Amino acid sequence: MGAYELTLVAVVSINVMLALGLNLITGFCGQVSLGHAAFFGTGAYAAALMAAAGWPLPVVLVAGGVTAAVLGLLVGFTSLRVREDFLAITTMGVGFVFVGFVRKQGWLGAEMGLTNIPDHGLGDIGFILMCLGLVAAMAAISAHIKRSWLGFGFAAVADDEATARTLGINVPLYKLAAFVIGTFLAGVAGAVYVYFTRFIIPGAFGFTVSISILSMVIVGGVGSLWGVIVAAVLLTLLPEFSRVINDYKLLLYGALIVLTMRFAPDGLAGIVTSLSRRLRRSET
Amino acid sequence: MLELKGLTCGYGRFVAVRDLSFTVRRGEAMAVLGANGAGKTSTLMAIAGQVAVQSGAILFDGEDITALSPMARCARGLALAPEGRRLFRDLTVRENLVVGGYVRAARATAANMDKVLALFPRLEERLDNLAGSLSGGEQQMAAIGRAMMAEPRLLLIDEVSLGLMPKNVDICYEALDALRRAGLTIVLIEQSLERVLDMVDHVCVLESGSLAWAGTAADARGNPDVIRAYMGGVHG
Repeated sequence: MGAYELTLVAVVSINVMLALGLNLITGFCGQVSLGHAAFFGTGAYAAALMAAAGWPLPVVLVAGGVTAAVLGLLVGFTSLRVREDFLAITTMGVGFVFVGFVRKQGWLGAEMGLTNIPDHGLGDIGFILMCLGLVAAMAAISAHIKRSWLGFGFAAVADDEATARTLGINVPLYKLAAFVIGTFLAGVAGAVYVYFTRFIIPGAFGFTVSISILSMVIVGGVGSLWGVIVAAVLLTLLPEFSRVINDYKLLLYGALIVLTMRFAPDGLAGIVTSLSRRLRRSET
Repeated sequence: MLELKGLTCGYGRFVAVRDLSFTVRRGEAMAVLGANGAGKTSTLMAIAGQVAVQSGAILFDGEDITALSPMARCARGLALAPEGRRLFRDLTVRENLVVGGYVRAARATAANMDKVLALFPRLEERLDNLAGSLSGGEQQMAAIGRAMMAEPRLLLIDEVSLGLMPKNVDICYEALDALRRAGLTIVLIEQSLERVLDMVDHVCVLESGSLAWAGTAADARGNPDVIRAYMGGVHG
């Protein structure tokens, strides 16, 4: 595997981690977030500072996740006050505030970003294996959550908050849990990104990144584990294979969101489920 | 077991139910009747904690639960099978039942599910189907079953038979009758007057958000005032 292929695997892995995190918040628990890049960035900046201070890689990864989860908890509290489109606007605002804040902070490198991030020390193959291992772990955690009490609670909150309340479900607690877990995953992805690029600037965590992650979740099928993973892989690789697509990446992502929501609201997962159902019906 | 004292509730400035008082004793069944817009669903939702109480009080087992959250009411033994069933469509029937038992110990889930399946055997073969794929009758059975998973002492049901085939209505009423005989207190809203009078002990009829008539099921049967109120005007 050449350097380019290794780079692709790392970028795909980071995007899958981000998409899995957002899928937990938006897909499983129904809380729309348009500011996922802020949690990605929070994890990245925390990891960059800790890595530069000489902390070992496992500690840096966890610290990136925890720092993002703390911000996620704070934003989660707003989800208790506002819903749906208002929550979407609020989280979008969090994304803008994050970038605006970082740009003015000298200790975070301001516009110039942070450099001097040490090497992870795993070697290229070791780093890729770590990325794939983290993706597998996050996918396994997501799958476990989906089939657990927590996942049933998330689904109930996402589907019908009022009915969930009458069944005694602690709706605020479930919303906060979704934000904490989902943003923790984004923070870990941020830490991986830091070791991957060894250089970060505020622009890497802007609104366009949030929209890109959201498009992966929507195109894959909101709430579907494998659908979101497939979409994250496809939407990351597609621009790499075509210069034209790369130039119009955001246009493509935007168009895909609109087309998916209009013609296939359940995304790739919904299309495959519907096709397999038809196939089974035609066989019988 | 349940006492409403001068309950006034509504949505924002809109008053849906005004100064409503009634009592339901332990083990009794009461039907809340009235024309569309009379305030039946608002009454049930206020008891469950879903509609804001503007004045008055709701007592459950002597405790004032007016200010309690829906979650706290459910934990105290009050369960609602809401209008339109409102099952979680993306969860299977089994998962819906599991969610219904959220306020009870996890170890009780299997036993409670067995009780629900004994009540509605048809659900057994549908356990792994998505709730959204069920027929109307099966959805009603699942909704009542989900409420029963919380081991309630008071069951609130909004519109038992609405939109159901007669055969499914029979199944639901047989189940409710069995629950009542087992000592469960039930408050239900129903459109089918004759059907509900066979099952309940007491009836209260609402008109334009106020109590228009209250009495026993026997007194309600054939009572012209009840029929007029049920059709939309007790003073007509």
